[in-house]
Amino acid sequence: MLALTGVFVVTAATPVWPQTDDAEPPVETEDAEPPVEADTSEPAGAGSVEHPESLRGTLRDPDGQPVVGVEVVVSQDGTEVGRAESGTDGAWALGLPGPGSYQVTLLVETLPTGIGLRNPDRSTLLDVRVQPGQSRPISFALGEGRVSGISRVTRFANLAADGVRLGLILALASIGLSLIFGVTGLVNFAHGELVTFGALVAYFFSASGAVGNMPLVMATILAAVFGGMAGFGLERGLFRPLRRRRTGNVSLIVVTIGLSLMLRHIFLVVFAGRPRPFDEFTIQTGFAIGPVSLRPKDWAIIVLCSLLLLLVGIMLQRTRLGTAMRAVADNRDLAESSGIDVDRIIMATWVMGAMLAAVGGVFQGISETVVWDMGFTLLLLMFAAVILGGIGTAYGALVGALVIGLASQLSTYWISPKFRIGVGLAVLIVVVLLRPQGIMGRRERVG
Amino acid sequence: MPTEQSGHSSPPPPSPPPPPPSAIPILRIERLRKQFGGIVAVDVERLDVARGTITALVGPNGAGKTTLFNLVCGFDRPQSGSWFFDGRDVSGRPAHRIARSGMIRTFQLTKALSKMSVLDNMLVAGAAQRGEHLLSGLVPPTWRSQERALVDRAAVMLERFELDRMASEYAGTLSGGQRKLLELARALMAEPSMLLLDEPTAGVNPVLVQSILTHVLALRDDGMTILFVEHNMDVVMSISGRVVCMAEGRVIADGSPDAVAADEAVIDAYLGRRREA
Amino acid sequence: MDIVAVLADSFRTAFGPIAAAYALAAVGLNLHFGYTGLLNFGHVAFMMTGAYGVAVTVDQGGPLWLGFIVGVVGAVVLGLLFGLPTLRLRVEYLAIVTIAAGEVLRTLLRSGGESSLTRGVFGIQRFADDFFAANPFDRGSYGWGRFAYSERGLWVLVIGWSLVALVTLVVVQLARSPWGRVLRAIREDEDAARSLGKNVFVYKLQSLVIGGVLGALAGMLLAIDRQSVNPDTFLPVLTFAVFAIVILGGPGSRLGPVVGAIVYWFVIQFTDRFLREAIAVGWIPESVIDSTDVGAVRFVLVGAMLMGLIIWRPQGLLGRREEVLLDAD
Repeated sequence: MLALTGVFVVTAATPVWPQTDDAEPPVETEDAEPPVEADTSEPAGAGSVEHPESLRGTLRDPDGQPVVGVEVVVSQDGTEVGRAESGTDGAWALGLPGPGSYQVTLLVETLPTGIGLRNPDRSTLLDVRVQPGQSRPISFALGEGRVSGISRVTRFANLAADGVRLGLILALASIGLSLIFGVTGLVNFAHGELVTFGALVAYFFSASGAVGNMPLVMATILAAVFGGMAGFGLERGLFRPLRRRRTGNVSLIVVTIGLSLMLRHIFLVVFAGRPRPFDEFTIQTGFAIGPVSLRPKDWAIIVLCSLLLLLVGIMLQRTRLGTAMRAVADNRDLAESSGIDVDRIIMATWVMGAMLAAVGGVFQGISETVVWDMGFTLLLLMFAAVILGGIGTAYGALVGALVIGLASQLSTYWISPKFRIGVGLAVLIVVVLLRPQGIMGRRERVG
Repeated sequence: MPTEQSGHSSPPPPSPPPPPPSAIPILRIERLRKQFGGIVAVDVERLDVARGTITALVGPNGAGKTTLFNLVCGFDRPQSGSWFFDGRDVSGRPAHRIARSGMIRTFQLTKALSKMSVLDNMLVAGAAQRGEHLLSGLVPPTWRSQERALVDRAAVMLERFELDRMASEYAGTLSGGQRKLLELARALMAEPSMLLLDEPTAGVNPVLVQSILTHVLALRDDGMTILFVEHNMDVVMSISGRVVCMAEGRVIADGSPDAVAADEAVIDAYLGRRREA
Repeated sequence: MDIVAVLADSFRTAFGPIAAAYALAAVGLNLHFGYTGLLNFGHVAFMMTGAYGVAVTVDQGGPLWLGFIVGVVGAVVLGLLFGLPTLRLRVEYLAIVTIAAGEVLRTLLRSGGESSLTRGVFGIQRFADDFFAANPFDRGSYGWGRFAYSERGLWVLVIGWSLVALVTLVVVQLARSPWGRVLRAIREDEDAARSLGKNVFVYKLQSLVIGGVLGALAGMLLAIDRQSVNPDTFLPVLTFAVFAIVILGGPGSRLGPVVGAIVYWFVIQFTDRFLREAIAVGWIPESVIDSTDVGAVRFVLVGAMLMGLIIWRPQGLLGRREEVLLDAD
C-alpha cells in the first residue's frame, strides 16, 4: 500500500537531497515516515501522532518562578518552522515536521523587564539535532537582565543601527552589480555567488583548518584577492568572448543564471549544507554607544564598510580610473569616442566589483554566519537596492542599499522577521511601478 | 424629417464652408522641446506638413531629425509640446496608437525582422487583423479569409518592390538595400496615410535608390504624404517638394529645395562654422 | 554496478508522470521565453500556486474540480502581479522581480501553523482521492521488469501526457495564428512591432498569463502524483530545471518542451543513479563526493547544461538556429 508520506527536509550534515531508492526521482526530498510514538507527557501542541518530533522547554527566572509570554522561534535553514510562547507554567513546546537539525532562537525582546539571558550571545542555538521520534528539551538560562526592559526607543534604535550595518554590507556587495550593468549592460544573476565565494575563501583560510588557521583579518584580505581573481577570470574567460560574439542580453542573462546554479551547488558540495560560523569574533556581548547596543564586531563592520566605501568613492571621483569608469557607465559610446579603453575599464570594474562583493561576503559571514547560498539569499535585496538607487551608478547602489538595509531590519519592529524577504520584494515592485530608474538612475536606460 | 417652424422671416446666414481637406496640414507640430540632460535635442516652434507632399528633413548629424521622428511617433517623450495628426491631438500617445491612426515610420537602422520570413514581415504589418486577438487566434475560421486577402495584398506589394522571389526567405538573408525596400513595403501594408522614412536610401546601391525614389513618387501621386530624413542631397533635390533643414534641434530653413540649398544658414550648419553646443 | 537497473530507472523517469508535469510547465515557459522572449525566473511560483490551489480547496472541503479552478485563477493573478509592473520596461525587470518569487511564496507558505489555511511546514495530504477514484487501471504493475509503473503512476502518467498533448496542440494553434506572429515580431524587435501598430504590452501580458496557467497545471499534476504538498515540494531551483528543458528542447519549437523534458529527465536520472551506484561500488571515492552530494551534483549539471546550450547550441535539439535569440542588434 502506498503509505502517505509527508515530505521532510533533512539537513544536519546533508544538503537538501537525501538518498532514497524510491520509485520517484528525488528532485524534491522524500523520506519514509519515522516510527510513530505517542508521548502523553507532552504538553499539548508539542507533537502529534503524525509529527512526533518536537522541541520543548521551561523558562524560569533566577528565583525559580516561571517566566510567561516569552517567544521562542524555531527555524531550519534560515526559514521559520514555527514559534511557541511560554505559558503560565513557563513551559513552551513546538511540534516539528520531522527529525533533523534546527535553529532555536529566544526572542530577547519578549522577556519581561528585569529578566535577561545569562549569556546574551546564546539567544540562538544553531545546530539542535532532533532524532526521529524525539521530543528534545531545550534550556535557556535566565538571569538578571543586563539590559533590563528594552524600551521601544532602544529597540527601534538597535534595529536601525543593524539596518545600517546590513545596508553597508549590501552596498559593498552591490556596487559591483550596479557598475557592471552600467559599463556592460549585463545583469549578473551570479553576483551573489561572488559574495558567497568571499566568505568561503575566508572560511577556508581561517576556520577550516585545511591550511592552518589564519587570523580572520588576513583571511579577509585573501578573500578580496581571490575574489578579484574570480572577477578577472569571469570577465576574461566568459563574458568578454561572449560580448565579442555579440551575444544578446537575454542569452547573457541565461548564462549568468546557469553560472549561478553551477557555482552555488559546487559550493554546496564543497561546503555542505550546514551554516558554519567563523572561529573568531563569535561570542560577543553588546556594546552600547548611546541608546544603541551592537556587538563590537558589528560596530567594526560599520566602520570598516564606511571606510571602504569612502575609499571607493574617492577612487571614483578623484582618480583617472574612477572617472573613466563613471564615464563608461554613463555613456559607453561617448566614452569610447573620447579615447577611453573600454575593455580595460570593464575589466577594472569586474575586478573591483568582485573584490568588494567578496569582502561584503566575509563581513556578512562575521555578522551572521557562512552558508553555501548566503549570496543568493542576499541577491533579492541587492537587486532591490540597486534598482531603488538607480541601476548603473555606484552612489545609487550605496543609497539604495542603505534604504533597503534599514527597511529590512526596521520592518521587524512591526512584522515578523520571516516576512523580511517579502519587504525586499515589495520595495522592488513599488519602485518598478513608480520610478523604475530609481533615485539616481536615468530613464532612458529603463526601456 | 420634420421641417422647422421658424418665427423669423429671413433664413439665418449660411455658415462659411469648411476649409478644403488639403488645407489642413496632415501633421502639425507646436512648441516641441526635448532635452537630454543639458543638451537640447529638439526645439521646434512650429512645423506643418501638408497633405500629399514629399518633404525632406535635412541637417548635419546630431541636428535632432531622428529625435523628432521618435517624439512625433511616440517612441520618446518630450519635455513639452503638442502635435496633431489629421486634425486630432496625438501628443503623448503611445507609439502603437499613433501607428494605428495612420502615421507609419521606418528606422534609421533597418528593423527588418530577420528571424521571420519576408512574407511574415509583410503579413505582421497588416492592420486590423481579427486573428491577432487572442481568442480569435484560437479559432482559425474567424481569420482564414482575412489572412488570404492579406497574403494576396502582400504578394502584390512584394512584386511591386521586386522582393517576391525572396518571400519565403528569412529577412536576415536580404542585402541592406533589399531590407530598406522591405521596410518600405512593410510600412505600406499597415495602410498609412503618412509615411515617415528615416534615411530610406542610406547604404543602398544606386540602382535600388532609383527604384525606391520611383516608388515614393508613385505613392505621392496616389495621395500619400511623405516626410523623410535624408543625407543624400541628390535624392533630396530630385524628389522633394519642400525641404526643412534642422540644426542643433531647431529649424533653420524651410522652403523649396533650391532656396534651402542656397540658404547661408544651411551652408554654415553643414560646414560647421557654427560652434556645436 | 547494475547498469540495467540504472537505465531502466532512467527510462521510467523520462516517460513517467513527473516528466509529463515538467513538460507541461515547459510548454508554458516556452511560450514565455521561446515565443515571446520573456525572462520569467519565477515559474516555480506558478507551479506552487496550482498545487496549493488544489490542495487547499480540497482540504477545506471543496471538490477537486473547484480546486483546479482556484489554482488557475491564482496563476492568472500571479501573472498579472508579475507582468503589470515590469512588462513595459526592459526585459531584465521581469527577471529581477521574479527571481525571488518562489522563495517569497515558499516563506509565506511556511508561515502559519498546522491549523492555518496552508498548514505551514506540515503541508497538506490526502487531497487527490477523487482523482485516483477515477482510475480505470486495476492494481498491478504495468511494464517490463524495472521499467514499470504502478496503476496509480500509470493513471497520472496517462492523464499527464494527454494534457501535454492537448496543451501543445493549443499552443501550436496559437503560434500559427496571426496572434502568434505578432508575438514573434515582439520577441525580435518590440519597437518594430509598435511601429506597425501592435500593443506590445498586452501581448506580453497575455503570453505571461497563459504560460503561467500552464505552469499551474503542471504544479497540480505534481501535487496529485505525490499526493501531498508542502512548501519544500517546490524548491526555487525548479524554475531553472524547466528553463534547461525549454532550451534543451529548442526555444520556440513546437515539440521542444516534450522532447526536452524526456531527454532532461533521462540524463538527470541517469546521472543521479549512476553516481550513486559508482559511489556504492567504490568507483568514486567518498572523499570526492558522497551520496549526499549527488543531488547537488545534479544541479551543477543543470547549470552547466544551461550555460553550454546557450553558448554552443542555443537552438537546442529541435529549434532552428536562424530563429534563435543569439545576436545583439
